[in-house]
Amino acid sequence: MSELSKLTISGARAKLRAKEITAVELTQSCLDAAAGADALNAYCAHTPEIATEQAKAADARIGAGDAPDMCGIPLGIKDLFCTKGVKSQAASNILDGFKPEYESTITTKLWDSGAVMLGKLNMDEFAMGSSNETSAYGPAINPWRREGSDAKLTPGGSSGGSAAAVAADLCLAATGTDTGGSIRQPAAFVGITGVKPTYGRCSRWGVIAFASSLDQAGPMTKDVRDAAIMLEAMAGYDAKDSTSANLPVPNFESMLTGDIKGKKIGIPNEYRIDGMPAEIEKLWADGADMLRDAGAEIVDVSLPHTKYALPAYYVLAPAEASSNLARYDGVRYGKRATLQSGEGINEMYERTRAEGFGDEVKRRVMIGAYVLSAGFYDAYYRRAQRVRTLIKKDFDDVYASGVDAILTPATPSAAFGIGEMKNADPIKMYLNDVFTVTVNMAGLPGVAIPTGMDANGLPLGLQLIGRPWEEGDMLNIAYRLEQSAGFVSKPNKWW
Amino acid sequence: MSIDKETARRAAYLARIEVKDEDLEALAGELSGILDFMEQLSEVDVEGVEPLTSVTPMNLPMRKDEVTDGYQQDKILANAPDAREGFFAVPKVVE
Repeated sequence: MSELSKLTISGARAKLRAKEITAVELTQSCLDAAAGADALNAYCAHTPEIATEQAKAADARIGAGDAPDMCGIPLGIKDLFCTKGVKSQAASNILDGFKPEYESTITTKLWDSGAVMLGKLNMDEFAMGSSNETSAYGPAINPWRREGSDAKLTPGGSSGGSAAAVAADLCLAATGTDTGGSIRQPAAFVGITGVKPTYGRCSRWGVIAFASSLDQAGPMTKDVRDAAIMLEAMAGYDAKDSTSANLPVPNFESMLTGDIKGKKIGIPNEYRIDGMPAEIEKLWADGADMLRDAGAEIVDVSLPHTKYALPAYYVLAPAEASSNLARYDGVRYGKRATLQSGEGINEMYERTRAEGFGDEVKRRVMIGAYVLSAGFYDAYYRRAQRVRTLIKKDFDDVYASGVDAILTPATPSAAFGIGEMKNADPIKMYLNDVFTVTVNMAGLPGVAIPTGMDANGLPLGLQLIGRPWEEGDMLNIAYRLEQSAGFVSKPNKWW
Repeated sequence: MSIDKETARRAAYLARIEVKDEDLEALAGELSGILDFMEQLSEVDVEGVEPLTSVTPMNLPMRKDEVTDGYQQDKILANAPDAREGFFAVPKVVE
């Protein structure tokens, strides 16, 4: 029975519809797997009562012949999503005990389609981090280990709990969010598929905000087909998010034909960064060969402003974060610091935030406040916004030349060890986002898929960047790449 | 660009985050490192380039000016650290 949690969404869907298994059995298998994986610290809350109730309802729907694709599928939900009556803390102490009175649009859509909530998943605090080490719950741990080593590795971040839970079969799939790479980098670190949709494809309502012009939620799944199924269930117009796109959501799964003959795939020169490990270069070249063998045309493209994406991101994202996180003031929700007699409201704000935020969040909020302050606004914030225009134009030009998608590595390395970057300066950690951050800056869709292993037996991933609103076409190319790469490895269970 | 202890104090104040005096020096160092990294942006010629504020060319949608939601005082106050008599309570603001 414990084998059921290893199913994909599409595999479970077939078995549920054929009445070979019930949603209750499937859910119990995932709950058992999740309960037995404390060593991975992937879940920060388990919700077995909700799960069982939703699974029973799903079985009733399936029995009545009214079963959408996600009906009866047990999911883990990143702690950034507000879930009614279930603590939602963005892995921060400042939201200690916060139980939303409302449900995010995306999770509402998932539950309406019959999906089952297993619990909340660990992440970097307020989605700021690339290793899960900024979490107030302590880091989630990668189910993968280097061959012959029991050193704990990071599952990446910020959606590290989601990545670990999917890779370790503690759920069938999970939600993630991606502001600079927070779905794609962890997906690559654990050997799963992660999709960041076009900005505006999925509603941000009820997803705790980090940098509103960059944030986008997406699915983290065991394969590309599952990503297509789950993305369709998450996507769609929402009047409660003014940046949500009022466009029809296609049936992404039906677009997975594997036929990519004549597709033009761009290889951006500027992504050949200094010091890139040889195995990443090889992975990338192999990926291009696989697409070429499948009938695609591989072309060199240029994205000249790539090197400025990361510094521009680290102006814009903290600026937006400093504004978004101003709401955590100890008044309306979460933590309030204890005051001494004679202290007033300013001390309350300042101490609440000093005690409630972790170091990385504090650093970014202060940087954000600084770059937005009088005298520096034009030099930093305004300039970064202009550079962002140029970064987007780079992509617009490439796509205008007839390119269908762009192939890049997903990360500059395989998963690194917990604590390995502890004494590195913050910039070194920021470099994890070097291949992913441009996609958020330009609002494009991107997908990370596992295509190989490094010398230590750890998964490595490639990224495909699609045209705006063309997630279906992008996923079809990813589907073809997945078939050619044939990545089927799973971590050996040690937890 | 290097920022000094006083500028770090100012950034902390703008962000309303209490920082102990003895921690300001280290904070100034960290913030300087990040600002140095951002300094690369000054190499880019942005003359005549419009700042990007929205990745998709769209106007914010308008809706009818009407009440769509409300009367949820209990829910709004449910998570407050201190709520009294239907209000959020805070330390005295006006002397």
